[in-house]
Amino acid sequence: MRSLADLMTEKEGFSALVMGNHALARAMAEAGTAVATSYPGSPTPEIAEALLAPAGKDQPVHFEFAVNEKVALEIAAGAALNGHPSAVFFKSVGLNVAADSLIQLPLMELPGGMVIILGDDPGANSSQNEQDNRWFARMAYLPVFEPASPAETHAMYKEAAALARARRAPVFLRLTTHVCHARETVQFGPLPASARDWTPRFDAKAGPYVPIAATVFPLKKRALEKLDAWAAYGETSPLNTVYKAAAPGAKKLGAIAAGLPALCLLEAVRSAGAPVDVLKLGLSYPLPEQLLADFLAAHDEVYVFEELDRVTEGELKALAYDRGLACRLHARRGHAELMGEMTPERARACLAGPWPELFPGAAPRKAAEPAPRLPQMCPGCGHRSAFHAIKKALPPGAITVGDIGCHSLGFMPPYDMGEVLFSMGHSVSTASGLALHNDARKVVAFVGDSTFFHAAMPGVVNAASRDSDITLVLLDNGTTAMTGHQPRPGNGEIGDRIALPEMLKNLGVKFLRECDAYDQPKLAAHLKEAMEHKGFAIVIARHPCMLKFMRDRRRANPGLKPQHVAVDQAKCARHYTCAADFACPSFIRHADGSVTVNTELCIGDGSCIQTCPAQAIGREK
Amino acid sequence: MAYNIYLCGVGGQGIGILAATLAQAAAKAGLEVRACDTHGLAQRGGVVSSHIRLGADALTPLVPEGGADLVLALERLEALRGAAQFLKKGGKVVYYDTAYQPVSVRRGQAQYPSEEEVARQVAALGGEAAAVRLAEIQDPRMQNSALLGRLAALKAVPGLEAAVIEETLKEILPPAALEENLRIFRAAK
Repeated sequence: MRSLADLMTEKEGFSALVMGNHALARAMAEAGTAVATSYPGSPTPEIAEALLAPAGKDQPVHFEFAVNEKVALEIAAGAALNGHPSAVFFKSVGLNVAADSLIQLPLMELPGGMVIILGDDPGANSSQNEQDNRWFARMAYLPVFEPASPAETHAMYKEAAALARARRAPVFLRLTTHVCHARETVQFGPLPASARDWTPRFDAKAGPYVPIAATVFPLKKRALEKLDAWAAYGETSPLNTVYKAAAPGAKKLGAIAAGLPALCLLEAVRSAGAPVDVLKLGLSYPLPEQLLADFLAAHDEVYVFEELDRVTEGELKALAYDRGLACRLHARRGHAELMGEMTPERARACLAGPWPELFPGAAPRKAAEPAPRLPQMCPGCGHRSAFHAIKKALPPGAITVGDIGCHSLGFMPPYDMGEVLFSMGHSVSTASGLALHNDARKVVAFVGDSTFFHAAMPGVVNAASRDSDITLVLLDNGTTAMTGHQPRPGNGEIGDRIALPEMLKNLGVKFLRECDAYDQPKLAAHLKEAMEHKGFAIVIARHPCMLKFMRDRRRANPGLKPQHVAVDQAKCARHYTCAADFACPSFIRHADGSVTVNTELCIGDGSCIQTCPAQAIGREK
Repeated sequence: MAYNIYLCGVGGQGIGILAATLAQAAAKAGLEVRACDTHGLAQRGGVVSSHIRLGADALTPLVPEGGADLVLALERLEALRGAAQFLKKGGKVVYYDTAYQPVSVRRGQAQYPSEEEVARQVAALGGEAAAVRLAEIQDPRMQNSALLGRLAALKAVPGLEAAVIEETLKEILPPAALEENLRIFRAAK
């Protein structure tokens, strides 16, 4: 099997079983994409993993992680302005962060062309919502390519990148979680033979590039004309295909879908042997109106099958109305069908709505529900130690505000820390609002270090300048842990180290304390002092991500003998503080009431030792 | 009909490499493969799963609920959960018998199932469960190889021979870990 580095650098074409994200990275290399940027976020980080797999000088695409999605998008746009084909990728909600600049891009001539890759997350597998970014395309006049599989992702990226360059325009390539993470055999092509031309070709005369009153309308007119050109392309592109039913039925039935839902639809139709023609849209916006009108005219009834929001449904109904088409249009009904990821079974259930005789229901399954298993912080995690100490130090009625990152998991029992969460970096400002005219309840906010740089800094500056009466606990583990330990600015992996305390002081923060997150008495003391301080206070609770720390140690020393803690059964008084309150996953609570340590999980960090009221936990002898 | 494999375990157990090995071995054996991992938040000690579908009928990568011919689990409670949601009547459950208690069990709010309980519930679903456990595994991530070894011995996946899985392990595993993993793979038979 090829290594990831070989996948990226193999000169000739080949076929391999790969995941969508890796197929996409190879497509970038084949397409001659010069610059790619990102901020890490599921489901997209493996694109970067592949781009970074070869040694620096062998990397076929110049790739950079940026401090947030807006910065990433702007870097890729800048490269495209210079004539370099570029791409940017991030998770669904990353588009909200990037939106301010994104919305301007379709107004501009981008000589390099630019592919904006969205990792949408139907089912909210690893996101705070399941927003449907197809709406953004309508607002920004951007075309949307929607591949359904790794092979389509590879092919469509190349098509999208070539067209974007030819049309000097940005395009959306919208992936969803299970397109990014699906695996199948993909036929790859060769890498471009010619060397990269890095001549900076930015030319202000190709603009206008400054959208102010007089130029806005010519820019908008050009964007709308480009959108018309994309619609014309969609009329004849093989990306929009009809899969005819094996045998026609009495009534002429059809269905329309895009992306992975189109394959769900096709699988449901084929497994039921239903006489339904399927129109699969590869370019899902702008709609190919003539193609669609012809499809509607050729069928008595058509089901508009979408995932998440009812975006295309309304547009198709308007089209049918405008053209006076008699075709009956069906679509999903009820809130449940507007939520969650689509599967072939769900497609079947949807189609059974209007066509019950073609899609008879399966008998519901009955099985007992086993004990739930919720995600939790890893053994040795500094956040656990911090939350355990903070929970005990908080006065009754205190309000805690969480942020995005591994520490978000603190909202669950037994910690119950971080009771409200909107978005990246929100915590400090939301806390500032909660503290307004509030002398009755202390307000404590949390933020991780990567998120701090991503979007919390403006909130910190604001809170410092207003001297908001809140305490911010900066949980510094030195990395972007949740998404797989990507580097962040200032941790020494990219550029110089940034000393957080000095930086915060320079931003105007007057009360600042710091300690190791494992030092629970000290952290509790700092927190109490910070809450007593009238005004903005920051406590830095620092401990490296132990998952990364242990991985690095194992890599450096493959024969590493794991250390553990052990419970002294003679001393254990069965308080269950370790297993139930501190709640490290390494403790096992047996049916007979005793507690032992799971040596498969324990990393021997010892952060639990201080928590036992009976002093029964110690290092294994 | 596609042959459907649902793999599950606890975040951190190395399900990714298990799924990649099995999918790659199936492709090597000439089977048409569609597969999919689940990632994200669940990596942190939550439920992780991976799907492998073999055969041309499978257009999509996710195994349907109640549609798995084989549930392959890295942990006992997850074997039960995977079976309850995905096992097809007449299907097989093969799991590595280690126990990672979820927080609900550690807080005394839920029961952790016994090996007998798993066998009983799987039988009630019309399936058959096989537990794998080897005494001499130093690194818990190598439990994956024991699971693959037993799977190969059971000839659970039609068209997939032990030799192909072993060959794939040799391609995928880092050289330093290969010998011990192969020993475990063979011992688990």
